[in-house]
Amino acid sequence: MTTVAASGAISIRNVSKIYDPGGANVLAVDNCTVDIAPGEFCVIVGPSGCGKTTLLNAIAGFHDITSGQIELDGKPICMPDFTAEPGADRIVVFQNGALFPWSTVLNNVTYGPVVQETSSSSEAKEKAQTLLAELGLSGIGDRYPNELSSGMRRRVEIARALINDPKVLLLDEPFRAMDALTKGVAQEFLLQAYDRVRKTVFFITHDLEEAIFLADRVLVMTTRPGRIKQTLHVDFGRPRNYKIRSSSQYLALKSQIFEAVREEAIRAFEAGERELA
Amino acid sequence: MATIETSSPDRTARIAGTSAWALMLFRLRLWLSQSSPYLGFVGVASLLLAWYLLTEFFNVPRFNKLPGPVAVWREFTSRSPTFGISIYTPDYYMHIFWSIWRVLQAFFWATILGVPLGLFMGWKRTFRDYTFPVLEIVRPIPVLAWVPVAILIFAGIASREAPVIFLAFLATFFATVLNTMLGVESIDDVYFRAARCLGSKPRHIFFRIVLPGALPFIFTGLQIGVGVGWFSLVAAEMISGEYGLGFLIWDSYVLSQFPVIIIAMLTLGVVGYGFSAIIRIIGATLMRWADRSAI
Repeated sequence: MTTVAASGAISIRNVSKIYDPGGANVLAVDNCTVDIAPGEFCVIVGPSGCGKTTLLNAIAGFHDITSGQIELDGKPICMPDFTAEPGADRIVVFQNGALFPWSTVLNNVTYGPVVQETSSSSEAKEKAQTLLAELGLSGIGDRYPNELSSGMRRRVEIARALINDPKVLLLDEPFRAMDALTKGVAQEFLLQAYDRVRKTVFFITHDLEEAIFLADRVLVMTTRPGRIKQTLHVDFGRPRNYKIRSSSQYLALKSQIFEAVREEAIRAFEAGERELA
Repeated sequence: MATIETSSPDRTARIAGTSAWALMLFRLRLWLSQSSPYLGFVGVASLLLAWYLLTEFFNVPRFNKLPGPVAVWREFTSRSPTFGISIYTPDYYMHIFWSIWRVLQAFFWATILGVPLGLFMGWKRTFRDYTFPVLEIVRPIPVLAWVPVAILIFAGIASREAPVIFLAFLATFFATVLNTMLGVESIDDVYFRAARCLGSKPRHIFFRIVLPGALPFIFTGLQIGVGVGWFSLVAAEMISGEYGLGFLIWDSYVLSQFPVIIIAMLTLGVVGYGFSAIIRIIGATLMRWADRSAI
């Protein structure tokens, strides 16, 4: 059954980030404040270049912020002039995939436990096999990522994150490049995994349907500078299946979010904004 | 009974259960069913024909001092060769052995020193800033310009081998370092980020990301390196040496034993080709992950 996460609270307070490419100050994120509860599935939607990824990278520890503070379970992890090293407590699943192409699936998944020396290699392998099986990926341990379909690769990457038992999963448009059918299946696998181990999830996407299908809460971001424009609570129970996609409640939520995002998309389109970072 | 005919049998399925030997035979047959081996044969034959026509058949001025293919072949396969070098003389193999042995030593040191240096240069910005200008100034100096320095450096050493190996080493070393460095730079930053997320310490980044990620470029570097290594070795052997194919060429020129020059040159071609083929095979085995399309 589901377990309620005891840790993994993210608190984003008054966070701003100014990029300075060639002297031109660009305000990417403007005074964002969000509190994410332990085990909450939080999805951020917004037009390209609205600073979603900037926010995610700050939580992950890839860069600092210009003002404000980000805390994980009450401990500051990102401030101006301070960024905690990236680590296995908050693992990123990247937009274009980052499975190591030179390692087999099994070695990819066991990478975390092996380098952190949290478990022996044989223990890690056993755990990896179980996780892969749960994600519908039995018997591919000896293959290389190049031999897998994009949907399988994504699931392997999620397994590589989950095996570390992280507090937070940071997913940066992980299903972006997939066709609609594969995407639907990948989302269901993600939800199943989420139902088994309630981790805090910070999920970025452009896809409104995906946002509603997955989230407890959807945050709509404005076009640059990125602010939280609107918060929508999604009240579907869990576990969820694809059938909720045709319910009237789902469609109502979708049109509500669509209105909010459309305005921003038009603004972004007119400003000719480009993806930033 | 209904039978289903497929226009082409599923190649992968057929191969799946067969032995390595059968697979090799299959590949050979596949290769022979293409036009490239025959075109290659025609290319080599044309070269030999042109050589024969220029020298022995038409006796074209400017080429008539060169030995023709027939003369070279006779010398090469003679049990008592006029100039002392043929497939039946131990001397021939001594020369090959010495050249290979020198290239191997040069190659060994270039790999041992060049790969780690290149990895660090690609990985650590500061280290690169220190070393890259030095490398870029020293690298374009032709190996032949190093000959006096090489002789001076190793003047105190009794062996005459050291300067020769050093010269072959230099060329291989530069190609290896440069390609290895480029290899590290070619690694997508996302792998470094992912590795940090998963809790890597610097040594894990080095051995599990930097090294395997640069491997394709490293092998390109080694292949280029061994080629320029042979090139420099032959030049060095012409200047100092008692054995070796470069020495043989120069010695035969001085003694006007022209067929031997051609024999040594062709031998160099074949041995050099063999070397890069071996490196290519090792590289392909180590980098099974890079290309899965080939059956």
